[in-house]
Amino acid sequence: MHESNLLSLLIILPTLGAAIIGLAPRNDEWARRIALAFTLLVFVVSLPLWFLFDTSTHEMQFVTRVSWIPAFNVNYAVGVDGISVLLVLLTTLITPLCVLCSWKAIDARVKEYMMAILIMEAALIGVFVSLDLLLFFVFWEAELIPMFLIIGVWGGHRRVYAALKFFLYTMVGSLPMLVAILALYFVGGETFDIQELSKGSYSAMFQFWVFWAFFLGFAIKVPMFPFHTWLPDAHVEAPTAGSVMLASVMLKLGTYGFLRFCLPITPDASHAFAPVILALSLIAIIWGSYMALVQTDLKKLVAYSSVGHMGFVTLGIFVFNPQGIEGALLQMVNHGITTGALFLMVGMIYERTHSRLISDCGGLRMTVPIYVTLLAIFSFASFGLPGTNSFVGEFLVLVGSFKSNLLAGAIALVGVVLTVAYMLWMLQRVVWGESTRKDDVVVTDLNGREIATLMPLLALVFWIGFNPEPFIVRMRVSVEHLLLEVSPVRGARNAVGLNEIALPPKPGSQHAAVANFVAASRTTPADLCLALPCQISNRKQTL
Amino acid sequence: METLISIKPLLAVLVSAIAAVLVMSSHRNPNLREGWSIGAGVIKFLIVISMTPVILSGVVIKYTVFKILPGVELAFTVDGIGLLFATTSSFLWIITTVYSMGYMRTLEEHAQTRYYTCFAIALSSAMGVAFAGNLFTLFFFYEILSLCTLPLVIHNEAAKDWDAGRKYLLYLVGASSSILLGAIILTYCLTGTLEFNKAGMFAGITATTFSGMEIPTLLTVMYFMFLYGFAKAGLMPMHNWLPSAMVAPTPVSALLHAVAVVKVGAFCIVRLVVDVFGVPQMQNLHLGDYTAVIASITILASSAYALTQDNLKMRLAYSTVSQLSYIVLGVALLSVSGITGGIIHIVNHAFTKITLFFCAGSIYVASHKTNISEMHGIARKMPWTIAAFAIGSLSIIGVPLFAGFITKWNLAIGTIETKSWMLLGVILTSSLLNAAYFAPVVYKAVFGTPPADGHEGVSEAPYKVLIPLLITAAGTVILGIYPDHFLNLIKVGIR
Repeated sequence: MHESNLLSLLIILPTLGAAIIGLAPRNDEWARRIALAFTLLVFVVSLPLWFLFDTSTHEMQFVTRVSWIPAFNVNYAVGVDGISVLLVLLTTLITPLCVLCSWKAIDARVKEYMMAILIMEAALIGVFVSLDLLLFFVFWEAELIPMFLIIGVWGGHRRVYAALKFFLYTMVGSLPMLVAILALYFVGGETFDIQELSKGSYSAMFQFWVFWAFFLGFAIKVPMFPFHTWLPDAHVEAPTAGSVMLASVMLKLGTYGFLRFCLPITPDASHAFAPVILALSLIAIIWGSYMALVQTDLKKLVAYSSVGHMGFVTLGIFVFNPQGIEGALLQMVNHGITTGALFLMVGMIYERTHSRLISDCGGLRMTVPIYVTLLAIFSFASFGLPGTNSFVGEFLVLVGSFKSNLLAGAIALVGVVLTVAYMLWMLQRVVWGESTRKDDVVVTDLNGREIATLMPLLALVFWIGFNPEPFIVRMRVSVEHLLLEVSPVRGARNAVGLNEIALPPKPGSQHAAVANFVAASRTTPADLCLALPCQISNRKQTL
Repeated sequence: METLISIKPLLAVLVSAIAAVLVMSSHRNPNLREGWSIGAGVIKFLIVISMTPVILSGVVIKYTVFKILPGVELAFTVDGIGLLFATTSSFLWIITTVYSMGYMRTLEEHAQTRYYTCFAIALSSAMGVAFAGNLFTLFFFYEILSLCTLPLVIHNEAAKDWDAGRKYLLYLVGASSSILLGAIILTYCLTGTLEFNKAGMFAGITATTFSGMEIPTLLTVMYFMFLYGFAKAGLMPMHNWLPSAMVAPTPVSALLHAVAVVKVGAFCIVRLVVDVFGVPQMQNLHLGDYTAVIASITILASSAYALTQDNLKMRLAYSTVSQLSYIVLGVALLSVSGITGGIIHIVNHAFTKITLFFCAGSIYVASHKTNISEMHGIARKMPWTIAAFAIGSLSIIGVPLFAGFITKWNLAIGTIETKSWMLLGVILTSSLLNAAYFAPVVYKAVFGTPPADGHEGVSEAPYKVLIPLLITAAGTVILGIYPDHFLNLIKVGIR
């Protein structure tokens, strides 16, 4: 394990920035500058994660491990692997953009606002790098508070309603998760170490409960259908930076949780319930896209598009093949880039028209060429035009789905078409549509600050679109390792007595999965040794 | 096969993309703006034809721009078929630009900068499709072409234009981003690559099932997904977008809906048959037979539709639908003559149909008339235009010495080689129908009684409109007398 204090620095620096802003005398301009300086500094400090990341191992890197509460074997342990490294970088990239986009939009309680953003950044990074379950849970809860405040204090008209809804939904999800964490602590040998727990073997019944407890928390966060209803409200009421943070980073916590906890710790349950989750993902893709199609509010349209896009991510995760999971991980990053950019652009037009209705922002034509061009590019990127980032992600997810289930792939394709439809229709209305703007509202083109906010995202759209290899190579080995951990062979070895403890209510499709485990559990250790390398080499052939 | 690495195909694609930027930046100076278009057109044409000797010597030019995923690259491959299509469309772009200057300026059209910009991007994409070395590159440019031609279709921005535009996207992007994308992804799942292969991309599959489906069944399904995914080829029932798109200004209909867009569709089907499935696989699965039936139905039905149209552009549109299926029918015969006849029709029909569209536009510019029934006796005022129209009609009908004859000759030989007597009947019947819908237009324009006002005030169209259509009409004749150049390209292309 490579030891390093870098990740701790990434958590401490924003916190320090928040403290400095808090202690400094009230001065809006300086609060903004300090926040920008610190978020940029965090981004620069995080760059070694990209350049020094060792792509040849699935082991945790940049690890720091300090005993925290020895009595309960709680450690402060942080580290990244191929699954989390890109998400950390995404967070450090998005946060300065959030500060930039709030420069003029937020003019009340600037100091507190910037503190909230900085603390949120620290907490989000903390979630992605935690190697200790309790530490993870602390950050998971900590990140809620600044977000709750950002929506509730600086939000729109129905901000309190939206903030409460957001808070309640997420809290409901995290309570069973806490129970599951404690259960794992006692069953898994009194440790909170995520890697240790991932190596353990648990009975089918235990896996069942832990899986669903985690699932609920993560599914609400993603959000998966039918837990998605908090999202449009939160997005619509949140200020631009809130929406961007929420969409780009916070939604990824859910899918990250699936990859980090559900798959490795409860592999059998993950397999057994994969059909259910695939079905929910497909419903999310179709339903989210369909809802986006009928929206008249720009921000709601983008919010519902998130539901559909995150459906692709969960679809990719639960097909359990390398393309699916790599595609899902890449799509998590892509969604952060394109949806973040779209929310930024919605915010920019809102600052000018003070309305989010598509008709009020409509008919811009070529009066604002830069805005229209960028909006077009990001919408194209959002529906996955070839040459943009989402195409690569969606392509991989679809390859993964077709390999696992032709029907799932076919249904997902319907979602692709719907995505194209609502994005193009939105674009048509904004560029050429009838305008209901009042005559005295003048829409000016983007200024330098706004263009600077969007440029990094624009560059990433094409970078990932044309050359995704540097991104994929960083996740590849970790994904391979994850697939080994979740493979039915490994799962069955652990699930001793699966045929005695029948899984509670199960649809027909699960019988086959259970039968597979039972059959596989009769294999000898020698068979297992043969089977595992086989899977790796199969994977190499398919690529 | 020998290969040569050269950046030329990329340059040919980029030239008009750069021109698009220059066109946009010089929107205040129309002469300069059109200057960029013509300049880029000439450079592009020169780049394209400079590759001809190498290609004719049997070498294939390759260039990889980006490696995206293993087996998925943005890469160009120039072979005979691609060069044939690229030569045709880059040459006709120059001609159309001159024509557009006459047409758009005479009619004082709005948004001309947008028009020329989108035109240039469309040409880049058509070039990209022609030189695509794999399915990803093909799909990439295919999608861009759909999107960048939308502003051209809805140019007038009236309600009916928006309806047409919606239909245009629904058919083209709807089909490509669902069934075509699905077929491409399945291809990748099965083979792990998207690169074209004359021997057939699926020849090396050893598995017997995929995700619980028998491979032959899956391949058949995929073939139809491809066939209808390429909705630009206008195979029935995916043809309806084309007549609707006739709301566009005539130069757009001329270049895009007789050359670039629809030919991209037909070209993709040629690639599908020759380079994706490959002739042996097509024969094994009897896919050629199904395709020939679909193409035959399209040929006959849309010819019948064309008969009922009074609007000249609509008649031309339905004629285009039917002529595109000649290309499909030709390659579906899976014999050398058939494939040759199909591919050569890309060139022949391009020159022929662009002449006819130019004539329709010329009549509109000079007289603001769009219906055939209003054009009686107009030949006395516009002799050159009607003469060119007559040449185009003869070529479509397939009279010897005109381009269309070469197509029909090869197609007929192809049907005889494969003993497909029904298809021979289809070709002959459709020739009769071609005559039935075009001959009366010429006849009435020449011998019809002029309306009461005797076409008062109508005179021959401005020379910027007239010269291009005379050039393409001459091209139609030259191609009919001297088709060897393109036939040679096809010979090296399908080898």
